[in-house]
Amino acid sequence: MNKVIIIGAGPAGLSAAITIAESGHSVLVIDEYMKAGGRLLGQLYKEPNGNWWNGIKESQKLLDKAVDLGVQINLHTPVSNIESINGLWRIYTEDEVYLTSHLLIATGAAETPLPIPGWTLPGVMSVGAAQVMTNVHRVKPGDRGVIIGVNVLSSAIAMELKLADIDVACITLPKMNSVTEKHGNPLDVMNSLLHVSHMAPSTFVKLGSKLMKNDFMKKMGITFYPKNGVKMWDIPIMLRKAVIEIYGDGAVEGVKIATISTAGEIIPGTEENIKADFICIAGGLYPLAELAAVAGCPFYHIEELGGYVPLHNERMETTLPGLYVAGNITGIEGAKVAISQGITAGLAIINSKDGGQQEDKIKEAVNFTEQTRNKAHIQFHPEVKVGKQKLQKYWNEYLISVKNKVHN
Amino acid sequence: MTKRIIHHPVLDSIEETDTVSFTFDNHKYQALRNDSIAAALLVNGVRTLRHHEESGTPRGIYCNIGHCFECRVTVDGKQGMRACLTPVQEGMAVTSGGKLLTSVRDWRSQNE
Repeated sequence: MNKVIIIGAGPAGLSAAITIAESGHSVLVIDEYMKAGGRLLGQLYKEPNGNWWNGIKESQKLLDKAVDLGVQINLHTPVSNIESINGLWRIYTEDEVYLTSHLLIATGAAETPLPIPGWTLPGVMSVGAAQVMTNVHRVKPGDRGVIIGVNVLSSAIAMELKLADIDVACITLPKMNSVTEKHGNPLDVMNSLLHVSHMAPSTFVKLGSKLMKNDFMKKMGITFYPKNGVKMWDIPIMLRKAVIEIYGDGAVEGVKIATISTAGEIIPGTEENIKADFICIAGGLYPLAELAAVAGCPFYHIEELGGYVPLHNERMETTLPGLYVAGNITGIEGAKVAISQGITAGLAIINSKDGGQQEDKIKEAVNFTEQTRNKAHIQFHPEVKVGKQKLQKYWNEYLISVKNKVHN
Repeated sequence: MTKRIIHHPVLDSIEETDTVSFTFDNHKYQALRNDSIAAALLVNGVRTLRHHEESGTPRGIYCNIGHCFECRVTVDGKQGMRACLTPVQEGMAVTSGGKLLTSVRDWRSQNE
């Protein structure tokens, strides 16, 4: 019961575990996956300083440090429910119910699926699935793929597939419908792409930076966007084509694509087939927050953070006693931000257990998180700071409502 | 054919020596120890892990990290195991799921 419990062995969970164990408290980390590291495991990209960010090595470093400090890590352990009874959190797993006074939920993110005809065929997978298969399991998801959905995640993973010598025929848009709307409109996609252009040393960047100064020029950019795409890492990015359906008899054989207008509508008669044996669907990431929801946390939908997030403050405390959150459950950002949030949550937990001697360190960790956010190489949403300000406003309103209740 | 990525320009090379044998629907396959069942089957060219309980259409991995439950298989008699989260072991017997006899479909005309 004195053991702090952390759900999620990703960058946030592991760094929180390390921070807490360093102060002499015992920690148990639970994760349903077969390896520690979470989504960090699949990450692989070149940083501006020329070094490779290797998610497998970074995960191993965090894991080794946690294990050296005596952190207990239970993998293969899905958590099905949590609840608070008499001031203690109960964590339900298949084999055991764990009890703790301090629980950190660091469950990360999940991928938004884009419904496209044929998407249940074997060989269709989320873009993250292809990333994990390639970098973590070291099995090619196929010989030739098509990526549907143009965003930060899909462009980063396309490059990772190329590194592993996997052919990517093209990255293109889904046919626009009520669900895929923002992923299927060329102008919206172009807007969201502009902040990843620094990752692509290609004609696309030059085209982008010159043309995209204002809305009119953006429209012009889309109008004159080459129908066969602009190449990034030798992969055509097609903003003026969309996948109408994925076809195949019992497994993926290819996609049917068509040219679309600047507003995203299919131009009849332009349909053609592209052969592929695997298809990646890239709908972006959203915070994986079910456990915080069943716990009873109030939620707010904040577009800039990637979806619904449980109400929390910058110290990673939720409105519920003894319940903390860190990492992508608080908004979609990179692993480095998750690590600094994990450290902050760890310090807040120590502070609560030891009767408040960590205030200076917590302030430092909060500042460090902000600095990390400002320096982030990959930003999943360009306005993430606006999202964080909205969240802070909701938190302040919550504090006022609690005060009013006490006075009444 | 889907292949193992032994050498990689950035990541370390992997060893292909520690192999295990397992069965999927009574066919014998080999894979590396601690491969997920999903990876172990994919490297052997097997994409279809089950058929949908109602429609009977084939399904494979979708999310590959445990969220979507599309890859559920029976492992040594235990149903509903996620192939993407379960490491393959020597002698493991994996079976797929198929169309069920009793449909859970809503038969009212507006849902036809």
